[in-house]
Amino acid sequence: MSNPRESITLNVNGSNYDIDVEPRRSLADALREDCHLTGTRLGCEHGVCGACTVLMNDDPVRACLVLAVQAQGQAVRTVEGLSVGSEPLHPVQQAFWEHHALQCGFCTAGFLMLATSIVESDNVPTDQELTDVLASNLCRCTGYQNIKKAVCSAIEATRK
Amino acid sequence: MIGDSIARLEDRPLLTGRAIFVADISLPGQLSMRVLRSPIASGEITSIDTTAARAMDGVVAVWTGRDLDLPPIAFRQVSFEQMLPYRQPVLAKDRVRYVGEPIAIIVAENAYIAEDAEELISVDIDPLEPTMDATGQLGEFAPGLDTEALQFEFEYGALDEAFVQHTRHVEVKVRIGRHSGVPMECRGGVADFNPGTGVLTVYGAAKVPHYNRDAIASMLGMSPSRVIFKEQHVGGGFGIRGELYPEDVLLAWASRELGRPISWIEDRREHLVAANHSRDQFHILKAAVDDSGYIHGLADEFWLDQGAYVRTHAATVPTLTATMLPGPYVIPAYRVRGHVRLTNKTPAGTYRAPGRYEGTFARERLIDAIAQELDLDPMDVRERNFIRSEQMPYSRPLEALGTAIEYDSGDYSLLVKRAEDQWKLSEVEREVAERRSRGELVGIGRAFFVEKSGLGPFEGVRVTVDESGRIDVLTGGASVGQGFSTVMAQICGDVLSVDPSLIDVRHGQTDAFPYGMGAFASRLTVMAGTAVHQAATLVKEKAFTTVASLLEASVNDLELVNGAVQVKGSPDTAIDLGRVATALRPVTARKLGLEPGLGAEDWFFSDHMNYPYGYHIALVSIDPELGSPKVERYWIAYDIGKAVNPMLVEGQIVGGAAQGLGGALLESFEYDEHGQPLCTTFMDYMLPTVAEMPPVEVLITEDAPSPLNPLGLKGAGEGGTTAFGAAIASAVDAAIPGTRVSSLPISPEQVRGMLALMEKRNADTGGHR
Repeated sequence: MSNPRESITLNVNGSNYDIDVEPRRSLADALREDCHLTGTRLGCEHGVCGACTVLMNDDPVRACLVLAVQAQGQAVRTVEGLSVGSEPLHPVQQAFWEHHALQCGFCTAGFLMLATSIVESDNVPTDQELTDVLASNLCRCTGYQNIKKAVCSAIEATRK
Repeated sequence: MIGDSIARLEDRPLLTGRAIFVADISLPGQLSMRVLRSPIASGEITSIDTTAARAMDGVVAVWTGRDLDLPPIAFRQVSFEQMLPYRQPVLAKDRVRYVGEPIAIIVAENAYIAEDAEELISVDIDPLEPTMDATGQLGEFAPGLDTEALQFEFEYGALDEAFVQHTRHVEVKVRIGRHSGVPMECRGGVADFNPGTGVLTVYGAAKVPHYNRDAIASMLGMSPSRVIFKEQHVGGGFGIRGELYPEDVLLAWASRELGRPISWIEDRREHLVAANHSRDQFHILKAAVDDSGYIHGLADEFWLDQGAYVRTHAATVPTLTATMLPGPYVIPAYRVRGHVRLTNKTPAGTYRAPGRYEGTFARERLIDAIAQELDLDPMDVRERNFIRSEQMPYSRPLEALGTAIEYDSGDYSLLVKRAEDQWKLSEVEREVAERRSRGELVGIGRAFFVEKSGLGPFEGVRVTVDESGRIDVLTGGASVGQGFSTVMAQICGDVLSVDPSLIDVRHGQTDAFPYGMGAFASRLTVMAGTAVHQAATLVKEKAFTTVASLLEASVNDLELVNGAVQVKGSPDTAIDLGRVATALRPVTARKLGLEPGLGAEDWFFSDHMNYPYGYHIALVSIDPELGSPKVERYWIAYDIGKAVNPMLVEGQIVGGAAQGLGGALLESFEYDEHGQPLCTTFMDYMLPTVAEMPPVEVLITEDAPSPLNPLGLKGAGEGGTTAFGAAIASAVDAAIPGTRVSSLPISPEQVRGMLALMEKRNADTGGHR
């Protein structure tokens, strides 16, 4: 209302979104409410749970801790970009499905983006490294066992 | 199909970001609600000034407790009359009783403005001394009312005689911390009152949509048929989500006042101070035993920290604690006294395995203590006290959730044996003994428990086949993310020989199906699953009747193969279910003398719960420097009668185990002496991450199908959680000989205290560990 707004362009999943936002607006809110990409979910809004993890220039970031204005000029990727329409699922999505790595599905988008950054990296992580990375996100349903299995399987599938 | 581990039908929208959770709903003209909460644990409100907030651009309305006249929130189950004065008002008027209690609501054009306006409201509160201990002296809740909302006693058998006759008495005092479900999705709702139609639609329903529809209608003075609850995707339930909270009532009321859709999405801080807490009990448990470890009498007295008000669950948790505490053991005489105490903390309700996590911890700690004091093997003490399979069904003269406790089936000794065989636990024991001899602090702990599931009294289902052969399964059930749709589709597909991917399951829509009890108490696979089985069977019968007419054949000569009805052994006569549905269009159905449509509705009723049972085994090592217990491996054996989808059952068990681990080692809502909550972020209320989770091995057995439903089903939602605290405590005892864990969560401080005690004993005796 009375607060000044800025016109910015967000590049999300390869498309440009011209939006007007207050400088204080988080990237998560901008994605969800201004770009209408509601697949990115908010679980804590203080950067601990990782549900809102998106990729910015291929690195995982917490969309609740990034301001929308900071994301201008960066390549943002969200869960909606992993597979489009009736396309086959992305290998990470496929692995999560097959390994029952989700129950309520609320944390899933964040884990999928985190896992995507892992499978796209040049290093094959050791078991301990994988645990360390996956420990940055929270899930309350699965007990993580199947998430870890799914990520291992996706790593294998994409290295073939 | 029943018994197959198929991948879930509900996953695609969740995987692709297309699922709609309540925060994703955006209706034209939608406003945002924000709740102003008490910053003080106990006090009198002397003034609230909302002038500046009301004047702010974009603010539509601000209301305080003086502006509305709504009744307090009613009890949903296990109601005791004497608890009624302790119900929560939807907005505090003069008195606040916990940090987080709603004081005012702001409705604004968007959430940012609503939060800004919240900061412009000034509230003066005269603080009072808070009550933070549920076991101490009684205080005053209100004039003439003390802080004990309920005291009750249940008893059977000749307890006093047992204690006189058997002079060997073993006592434990144990405490279970304050934990809660903490789903990843915070609570929320969108209420949309349409002044044109007079209909209030509430999006974001969960757990008990039908009950909440009726409760909201009653509180707002509306007809239930003018109120519609609609469930979206739900981000985890665990007992706490979906209960009727003050915010739900305020949201619906405000939407009706303004005639506009309003969204309320809580933030995580609000969630941790406003949504139900749970557990937080202190037990003094005493047994009269003989030399073999047989328990002749058991006496328990416990105190539950209910927090500031009694919410919808009323006495659910304390009574479940009391009546399920004897668990798998005979216990010929038992007396339990429960105290429900009010304090100035966030109010409490149920959380996965309510009363059983607590009671199992207390009881299994006692079993370990008996074994220690009598120098017996704890598993021998368990075996000695087990209810034997030939004693099933076994009645205990107590009630739980309004049903008589009658264990329907079970072979507890067999489950222990199966687990030992499956995992070669004696070899693991040997390895652990060897590590101990090398000086490592490592131990194995075990715990056994009985769960309950399949709470009635009813669930109904309508199954309809369309002309393409797709099947609509319309239920009164609810889903909180547990895989409900897949399980229902598998049961339906099994009866109709149709691939589950051709079956759509609907749930949680009160305008689509008139009755439903809800998603709690591990009840839906049993109750709705059996109703699906029955309704699908009626559809099959109708399809046979129809095809018999069309082919001029006898019903007895027909069979159902791959979703088509045919004369037995003659695939060329096959008529698929879609064509049968086409033959049942109104006009042709009338000619056949049948009701139009290929569909059927049926209901399953049950007066008794059924009782799955399980066995947890933990391998824990202790870091002597840090005092932190590390769970190296974990095993869970669980008999659930019949697993519809073993992969989903295992998912429930492992997920439940993570919550059990949280309660055993990490999670605890702490307060300072002024009643300020110290755990208001995920940095101080610590959920387990993948790094804390051990590999969990699961054995699902089907040795004791329930005789109470045709498929033999029991529920699987809670058994991964139930005995986790008990098994971990037992393992920590084993790792640090001569000490005993008596409270959860087991903090590094507690372990370091145990280590110091062990060192002191070793020094005193000149021995070494």
